[in-house]
Amino acid sequence: MELHQNWKAFFAEAGDISRFTSRFFVQGAKPRQEVAEFFRQCFIIGYKSLPLIGLTGFIMGLVLTMQIRPTMVSYGVQSQIPAMVGIAIVREIGPVITALIFAGKIGSSIGAELGSMKVTEQIDAMEVSGTNPYKYLVVTRVLACTLMLPVLVMLSDAISLYGSYLGVNIRGRTSFAFFFKVVFNNLDFSDVIPAFLKSFFFGFAVGVIGCYKGYNSNKGTEGVGYSANSAVVLSSVIVFIIDLIAVQITDILGLN
Amino acid sequence: MLVEEKTILTNKINSKQQPVVEIRHLKKSFGNNVVLDDFSIELKKGENLVVLGRSGSGKSVLIKCIIGLLKPDAGTIDVLGYDMLNLDEDELDKVRAKIGFLFQSNALYDSMTVRENLEFPLRRSWIAINQQQIDEMVLEALTNVDLAHTINMMPVELSGGMRKRIALARTLILKPDIILYDEPTTGLDPITGKEIDELIVAIQKKYNTASFIITHDINCVRLVADRVAVLMDGHCYAEGTFDELQKSTDSKVKQFFE
Ligand SMILES: Nc1ncnc2c1ncn2[C@@H]1O[C@H](COP(=O)(O)OP(=O)(O)O)[C@@H](O)[C@H]1O
Ligand SMILES: [Mg+2]
Repeated sequence: MELHQNWKAFFAEAGDISRFTSRFFVQGAKPRQEVAEFFRQCFIIGYKSLPLIGLTGFIMGLVLTMQIRPTMVSYGVQSQIPAMVGIAIVREIGPVITALIFAGKIGSSIGAELGSMKVTEQIDAMEVSGTNPYKYLVVTRVLACTLMLPVLVMLSDAISLYGSYLGVNIRGRTSFAFFFKVVFNNLDFSDVIPAFLKSFFFGFAVGVIGCYKGYNSNKGTEGVGYSANSAVVLSSVIVFIIDLIAVQITDILGLN
Repeated sequence: MLVEEKTILTNKINSKQQPVVEIRHLKKSFGNNVVLDDFSIELKKGENLVVLGRSGSGKSVLIKCIIGLLKPDAGTIDVLGYDMLNLDEDELDKVRAKIGFLFQSNALYDSMTVRENLEFPLRRSWIAINQQQIDEMVLEALTNVDLAHTINMMPVELSGGMRKRIALARTLILKPDIILYDEPTTGLDPITGKEIDELIVAIQKKYNTASFIITHDINCVRLVADRVAVLMDGHCYAEGTFDELQKSTDSKVKQFFE
């Protein structure tokens, strides 16, 4: 009984989310583009996430390198550390970790912001003042997330590699030029492009889920907290699911 | 004496006029919860109509149907001659520009200053105006509620009564013909509540607006009502002036006046 109801609720929510997402494409195409609000959101979502993404990226590269080092040394292939770390960061760790941090920071803040606007009737107030709140609030935020996350991923990758370079130099001695030569010799387009493309989907998912959870918030402050929390949980899970799908696609296309 | 003559005169004029809002046989339910069941009423020009009802009786649902935030299941709503239930988006926005809505929770945008809050409906409406006109209108609206000095403050910095008055200023800024007040005095202390009631009457006098005032606060009813309708079990249970209803012998009506 319990399980049966859970499944029913699960499919009902999946349906709601699909409908919410399809509204994005329908409404996004309609006139009166909210350009100013879109750029404001890009600034908030992109620029203001930079320090956090930069810090986590740096630590990730450094720690990964230091942890991998003993094994590589024992196999006598320590000169290949940059290649290994480079591929790991660019193909997988960079996009996924950045997307997860992004979900934690941006997904929750969108969920909480729209949630509190919903319960205090601000969304209704927008609608009665001749503004389509879905376009003004949701379309702008989802677009900003979709476009900003790939940029953040690239920056995070670059900072991670720099962290890794420092990590190599803690025990060994490698020149900056040599480190990046090995990294780029082992990276092709077939490594970079799929990772870049999937980060658009990660960004889209975080934006849509954050907005969906906020927009459908229940009355009361508890409802707002729940929206923020479930936005992070659900968008993190979806990031992994998209990652799983992406790896199948690149595999079928022979890009692995 | 003089006042009475004047009201009789205006009532005569009004009775000839087409009502500004006409609601017929409105029905609305959420699942099995029937909220409005065959509700009919009309609002005349320049009139303050109070809709009295217990909490949960569907008062907010009623005015949200009027402005199109909720879609009724059946019935008709006619506002200023427009059939509200069969308008396209652009027409709906144009009619909405003539309707002010004061939300129960004020619905001030908390990420914006008072000035930006008031500018929002102006910038979003399709009326072409320049910055100077916007500034003038914002100042006029703020002066109407005696809060011109709060123009650069954030909503969180204001007290409950001030927030209500800013919300009222934002409602007034497009000079609406009709104002819908959702429990304007609920949650305020009696003195602040009385100030809001006085503002409602002052606005009615100054701009000759017609208003729906949704409330269960009997002091508010006494001060602002030209006519009172009691919403009970989803329909208009009783209707009349404040004095008429106060003298009513019906036990269900009486309980509001105790
Ligand atoms: N969006 C909604 N979805 C489901 N039920 C609702 C919704 N809005 C209001 N209701 C229900 O309608 C009834 C009347 O609510 P409301 O109009 O807010 O009462 P009030 O007279 O206190 O303003 C309540 O039982 C409430 O649960
Ligand atoms: Mg209510």
